[in-house]
Amino acid sequence: MKKKLSFLERAAAVPHMVWAVMFIVAPLLIVAFFAFTDTKGGFTLSNIQSLFSYSHIFLVSICFSLVATFFCLLIGYPLAYTMSRAKPSTQKLLMVLLMLPMWISLLIRTYSLMTLLDNGGLVNSLLQAIGLEPVAMVGTGGAVILGMIYDFLPYMVLPIYTSMQKMDNRYLEAAADLGCNSFQTMFRVVLPLTTPGILSGITMVFVPSISTFYISQKLGGGNFDLIGDTIERQFKYPSTYHVGAAISLVMMILILISVAVMNRFSDEEGEIVV
Amino acid sequence: MEKKLIKLRSIEKSFDGEKVLCGIDLDIHDKEFVTLLGPSGCGKTTTLRIIGGFETPDTGKVFFDGELINDLPAHKRSVNTVFQKYALFPHLNVYDNVAFGLRVQKVKEDEIQSRVRGMLQMTGLKGFETRKPATLSGGQQQRVAIARALVNRPRVLLLDEPLGALDLKLRKDMQNELKRIQRETGITFIYVTHDQEEALSMSDTVVVMANGMIQQIGSPTDIYNEPVNAFVADFIGESNILDGIMLADNKARFAGHTFDCVDGGFEKNEPVDVVIRPEDVDVVPVEKGMLSGTVSGVTFKGDYYEIIVDVCGFKWMIETSDYVAPEQKIGIYVEPDAIHIMKKSEYSGMFGDYSTFSEEMDHLSDPGEEADENEEEAVLS
Repeated sequence: MKKKLSFLERAAAVPHMVWAVMFIVAPLLIVAFFAFTDTKGGFTLSNIQSLFSYSHIFLVSICFSLVATFFCLLIGYPLAYTMSRAKPSTQKLLMVLLMLPMWISLLIRTYSLMTLLDNGGLVNSLLQAIGLEPVAMVGTGGAVILGMIYDFLPYMVLPIYTSMQKMDNRYLEAAADLGCNSFQTMFRVVLPLTTPGILSGITMVFVPSISTFYISQKLGGGNFDLIGDTIERQFKYPSTYHVGAAISLVMMILILISVAVMNRFSDEEGEIVV
Repeated sequence: MEKKLIKLRSIEKSFDGEKVLCGIDLDIHDKEFVTLLGPSGCGKTTTLRIIGGFETPDTGKVFFDGELINDLPAHKRSVNTVFQKYALFPHLNVYDNVAFGLRVQKVKEDEIQSRVRGMLQMTGLKGFETRKPATLSGGQQQRVAIARALVNRPRVLLLDEPLGALDLKLRKDMQNELKRIQRETGITFIYVTHDQEEALSMSDTVVVMANGMIQQIGSPTDIYNEPVNAFVADFIGESNILDGIMLADNKARFAGHTFDCVDGGFEKNEPVDVVIRPEDVDVVPVEKGMLSGTVSGVTFKGDYYEIIVDVCGFKWMIETSDYVAPEQKIGIYVEPDAIHIMKKSEYSGMFGDYSTFSEEMDHLSDPGEEADENEEEAVLS
């Protein structure tokens, strides 16, 4: 049964509707329009066809994002578990420590990470101080992935932490009562019950990782072209807007597919906490 | 009497500096149905959780089958628990919930299947195997919780207010069923409740607790007929509790009258508490009564009337099958064996006068309050 919304209930949504149409729907339509037109405004599929020459960039981007997401999960899940088990005061402290970097602009964070890893940076100075050879880190794939992990780890921890907190302590007691040691409890009860948090954490790290361009430019030293970089480059010159739009469109579809897959997995467990 | 399976010795436990158990000594025999009974905050749930291994006592010893198990973690104890709000795993269906414990123990899958099927049969859950707990009614979830615990064939089953969330009719059915399951399986049941009727109708032994201490241990009839103090007398059923003096053996004086009774062994003129159950008082014409008073309230209870009678300022509760009108003067007659004499205790004077009847009833029969209390205990841990 559908309840008819009152005037106020409908009116309250208007400001955002206007916003969404102007800055979300319209730009998306423009992107789609550019993707299927040439510079003269005529319909063409050549932009889409030209994407095949970018397939290795898509592949590299997906690999980098998957590796970064995997490490975020590897670090983030145990951290979220420890946080949720700690005393309330400790939980607050850990939460502030986790959130603190998020209050600083992503650009500044990435830049400071770059100065740390630079050839003359803090890490290499330390290495030299203890008599080791400096290591060229900026410009390597490892640095790009490290940047992704560093920038997006909180997005993994927060939804997992939330789902851990929501998990009733009685389930853990029930598991212990039925003979589970702490490892068995972890794998048989905690992990399945926090799956929605894991899935939304994965989505929230994977999506910004695959579309980032700043991290790969600064920490990759220009050696790695990710999708984000490619799109940015296309939009520097009006003549390549159309190819850029086509790449953007394909990436959006990729992201939508991955979110849909995640939602499908979490359907059995209920809502996804994005 | 079967051998002693669980022994608690001088158990003490505090949460945040507040003492919840002050020296619990308790023996639980094999194959016995024991109920821990008491009002919210009396420590009954904490006692159960100590036996289950979810709390560690501050001082004192817990023995299981002669072995000290203070430091044995919950998952190594041959005890299973039916939790207050069931705590069924929401990500598993009924079958997998019941099979959970056996799978952890790495029992062979075909044995698991036959044992789980047998248990679902016994608890009336056949056909529900693939349902998720969230789609079941309260009574069905309750059965799953019982099946999940019993399928492991524990030596002892702990039940923490298992029927608290069910409606009255279902509670009665489940009480009978639990009793039947206990007889069939021969497993020791330790049952926590604040419902005295439930305790009396199901248990072999009732342990009445208050303020972190055991007040009385005994069979339901002992507890009802021979309460040791005013708290027990008031908590188990309705009681009129009067101040009295023991003039001599079998002679008690209270309410301005000397009564014959069947209790003795007190000092001459020792102050005592006198308990008279509402159903043991006879209503007679004023001239035939040992005492007389004015009816101040009448409540129809179905098969009897519950009346409140003002006798010189003390209000008695009496159950009678004949209607009496409010404001009517009536006589009261009490048989000698209906008078139970108790030593004075710290609870003397706190219970058993029905002047403030309604408030007291509200307080004692509010299950919501009880649930909150246990939540608090769980959070504190």
